Amino acid sequence: MSVTTTDSATVGRGTTVPPSQGVTIDPASGEVAIQNYTINFGPQHPAAHGVLRLVLELDGEIVERVDPHVGLLHRGTEKLIEYKTYLQALPYFDRLDYCSPMCMEHSYVLAIEKLLGIEVPLRAQYLRVLFAELTRIMNHMLNLGSHVMDVGAMTPNLWLFEVREDTMGFYERASGARMHAAWFRPGGVHQDVPLKLLTDIGDWLDTRLHLFEDAISLVADNRIFKQRNVDIGVVSRDDAIAWGFSGPMIRAAGVPWDIRKSQPYDVYDRMEFDVPVGTNGDCYDRFMVRVEEVRQSARIIKQCLAEMPDGPIASLDRKVVPPKRGEMKQSMEALIHHFKLYTEGFHVPAGDVYVATESPKGEFGVYLVSDGTNKPYRCKIRPTAFSHLQAMDFMMKGHMLADTTAILSAIDVVFGECDR
Amino acid sequence: MSAPHPKYASNDGVIDAARAALGDMLLGATETVGEIRLDVKRENVADALRILRDEMAYQQLMEIAGVDYPERPERFEIVYMLLSLTKNHRLRVHVSADEMTPVPSVTGLWPVAGWLEREVFDLYGVLFDGNPDLRRILTDYGFRGHPLRKDFPMSGFVEMRYSEEEKRVVYSPVKLAQDFRTFDFTSPWEGADYVLPGDEKARVPEARGAPTPLKADEVKK
Repeated sequence: MSVTTTDSATVGRGTTVPPSQGVTIDPASGEVAIQNYTINFGPQHPAAHGVLRLVLELDGEIVERVDPHVGLLHRGTEKLIEYKTYLQALPYFDRLDYCSPMCMEHSYVLAIEKLLGIEVPLRAQYLRVLFAELTRIMNHMLNLGSHVMDVGAMTPNLWLFEVREDTMGFYERASGARMHAAWFRPGGVHQDVPLKLLTDIGDWLDTRLHLFEDAISLVADNRIFKQRNVDIGVVSRDDAIAWGFSGPMIRAAGVPWDIRKSQPYDVYDRMEFDVPVGTNGDCYDRFMVRVEEVRQSARIIKQCLAEMPDGPIASLDRKVVPPKRGEMKQSMEALIHHFKLYTEGFHVPAGDVYVATESPKGEFGVYLVSDGTNKPYRCKIRPTAFSHLQAMDFMMKGHMLADTTAILSAIDVVFGECDR
Repeated sequence: MSAPHPKYASNDGVIDAARAALGDMLLGATETVGEIRLDVKRENVADALRILRDEMAYQQLMEIAGVDYPERPERFEIVYMLLSLTKNHRLRVHVSADEMTPVPSVTGLWPVAGWLEREVFDLYGVLFDGNPDLRRILTDYGFRGHPLRKDFPMSGFVEMRYSEEEKRVVYSPVKLAQDFRTFDFTSPWEGADYVLPGDEKARVPEARGAPTPLKADEVKK
């Protein structure tokens, strides 16, 4: 952290003020007036979870004001998408929240399917729910682990990374990529999964998830962990609603709101799961809500594995979903469809939709405007971290500097998504 | 069975209720693809959203999106996505604006609007009247222009690199090693407006091609 001592509210980049300026001595009375410190937290700070620059105004060690500067990872995703066909734009979504890639794709493919009005086979819907929940586990492993590490404990993070590594292995076996899967496609999923993968995921839930329980048992009742999290960054119910919170952040504040439950998509309406809710709205509640969500995700995955039907894994509408390679060797029509879909792409009827799903971090929405051509006219991405990070200022007010990391981790911010 | 998108409470009666509540602030209300869209007068948007929040129980403002339609007299459309937690319903409120006329800010209704409006300002240059902190947010410090406007080129105007001589990051005009390529794959039978490869000379009679080479004795030495 670079420290400059100035009371100015508008500290630009590279502003350095001589340290003596923070202290002024009144020559008449001899009184010493100490002005607030302004420090830069980040953009390169290990606890900033990416490239976040927080301009903190400190009174001693108490945070008076926070001005988060985001956009340091802005890549112009929305602009790029306007120049790509619908299918070409899909991999950009993996790169938004790179800790939960498939959940990002989920909103996008559902938005396209809503505009197209296309039906998706049941097996594809089950596979998508299964992998969305696997992604939730993947995301929470990283977040819970790094949260614990940010407030001082090392061991749980290492154990949770083992579990996360397994989920990435499953990603690889389904899609061929460990992170940027591009596996959810408009109309279904890209490929079917091998049967062995499904049985392995079932075994994994029974045999490997105890690592997660072990890691949490180290911290959930730990005195130091509680001292660092309980009553830190308390957000009331009304504040959570007014600040546009969603996901674990709004649930920790006591609002039982889960899009999977209240606005079910794919086959979530067939799943039985509980929505954990916090009572206090502090960092500890947010942590524990995520812990319980992992258990519920495991429950959903088991139901998916038990109920998953056989059948096609993508829509058979050849104007949207390309044919199988084997079919292309036999059928001229399939070959033409394949060629057209991978050059021109499919046309989406004109209209606009806002589709939001429950990503591990909260409501991840896509506002898709189509003008009837093969490229999106506008694709507005609603990131979760953007609203949450904005509330940093009021969540941090009056807290110690060291609480910054706890609050930041409990938000669960990933800048690929926040900055787009 | 229909598309597996998120399903919320039915839209029945919502448009009528909005019409009654908003009165002449409402310019139009439509339901397309299962979503309700309300078009509201720009100067009344804050009042309209207050009524929607307080009387129709749309408690959360989830997102503000900008869209650019350069061919319209008021080229920008600002879209407010509202969510009702109690009624389990979503709707969108659309407002049009141009570069000069400010849109009333809704930061007084929802503090979350602060950054959302900053983002629309940054990417489109729409002004919000009453937003206390209308700075750029996503683009670089000192960035010029509004990158999501349709007339802003995708490759941008400046690029930056670390200069070893000056020991700092320097900005320079964009130089592309090869031309920026956009492939327009729309079918020529469905209204593509580009010249097919090989057809370049078909519509321009004056373009003749290369001159006939001179004979050996005509060449001046």
